Amino acid sequence: MKKKIIELIIELYRVAETKLPDDVISALRSAYEKESNRLAKSILSAILKNIELSEELNKPMCQDTGVPTFYLEVGEKFPIKHELRELIMEATRLATAKVPLRPNAVDPFTGNNTGDNTGRFIPYIHWDFVEGNNLKITLLPKGGGSENTVQLRMISPGLGLEGVKHAVIEAIYDAGGKPCPPVIVGIGIGGGSDIALSLAKKAILRPITERHRDRLVAKFESELLDYLNRLGIGPMGLGGDTTVLGVNIEYAHRHPASMPIGIVTQCWAARRASVTIDSRGNTRWISHREVDLYD
Amino acid sequence: MTREYFLKTPIEEEVVRKLRVGDTIYIDGLVITARDAAHKRAIDYYEAKKEVPVKFYGNVLYHCGPLVKKIDEKWEIVSAGPTTSTRMEYIEPRFIEIFRPRIIVGKGGMGEDTTSALHKYGAIYAAYPGGVGVLAARSIKKILGVEWLDLGIPEALWVLEVENFGPLTVAIDAHKNNLYLNIRESSYEKLKDITSI
Repeated sequence: MKKKIIELIIELYRVAETKLPDDVISALRSAYEKESNRLAKSILSAILKNIELSEELNKPMCQDTGVPTFYLEVGEKFPIKHELRELIMEATRLATAKVPLRPNAVDPFTGNNTGDNTGRFIPYIHWDFVEGNNLKITLLPKGGGSENTVQLRMISPGLGLEGVKHAVIEAIYDAGGKPCPPVIVGIGIGGGSDIALSLAKKAILRPITERHRDRLVAKFESELLDYLNRLGIGPMGLGGDTTVLGVNIEYAHRHPASMPIGIVTQCWAARRASVTIDSRGNTRWISHREVDLYD
Repeated sequence: MTREYFLKTPIEEEVVRKLRVGDTIYIDGLVITARDAAHKRAIDYYEAKKEVPVKFYGNVLYHCGPLVKKIDEKWEIVSAGPTTSTRMEYIEPRFIEIFRPRIIVGKGGMGEDTTSALHKYGAIYAAYPGGVGVLAARSIKKILGVEWLDLGIPEALWVLEVENFGPLTVAIDAHKNNLYLNIRESSYEKLKDITSI
């Protein structure tokens, strides 16, 4: 079972790095169809061509293969629990050589790169314990360019939703071409500062074709998407109709005196992969319709 | 109308002076990657009168930290799109003054100081779509060398021979036109229209 999980995680890395989820590819194709700016259209065409090549040649679409974050949902009856951390570390070392991944874990004090994408708190793991006998593993390898434009804003609650709207639009304006637009914007509203950012990052795991189940939130997502695309920043910040592919919001209750807003930018290469494995070792892919197994 | 140019390194100053923002270019020849750490070391070496092992003059400086694989002691470039150029903004004008690359390739654009330096020393900044790593790697024909590997694989100087590297968009020309700053100005106007806080 342990060997099977390690192999599955290596496969998760390969799939995430070489195949975008279906919802992201469709959004990029439709952005290309609709784009009226000549330069923007040629950039989107290069992006689509790169996606095809990446999948065909089985090579990571972007040289920045990201810093890996895992989201685990561990069923109470799933046979392996606390060893999962070590299995993820081992699979990450192996995937670095096999996929391959660019070594992206650097010690902030010495500047030393560990060379295998593991390190202190890296890969980071979010744990969730659920009923049943399945383990769900989601991998989010996120690039540095789009991580550098993430913002946390603590606004006056009195500004209300208009204040949230302003904060988000200003953050995407500040980001300009730096996070490799067209981007997906994940927004976390409420909680404390850490919760807002954590929810914002979790929000980008949801397919952009799905709106929030709460109607009020869903409406706000659609409105923000429309406003953000009016900025005209365009693909790579060189102008155009498509700046944002999708806006996903998650929220928590907040302190009466606080309105934290986490704003996470995710580049067009919105890589994520999700799979479940049951206690007998049967697997099912969630993020991708079909996965050709590769050895 | 789009103007297209096919350039071969080393590139003369008068050639890039003719280019304007919005032009499309393709490059054959020598491209050298350098990110934050390599920029800093190159300038430190120059000031300490130590030799920098590569020649940027007239060639292409590429803001890129490639994904590479070593097979039988030989390096292979797997994916090699551009990195965010603004990280080098604080150091780029000095780098241009000393090393005189003719074309800088990156993504996301650069600021006013670099725009002035490009104008003064007769060079341009060209954009390659970010994240388009496999397509970029296809135009790399040969790895001519790698220096300063102690900085880490992404930060090292990779000396590459490219063929038909493009399409690159001239985003900052040698006449102080900066496409990014133009877009930012118009986005700011729209921002003010949309929100009132």
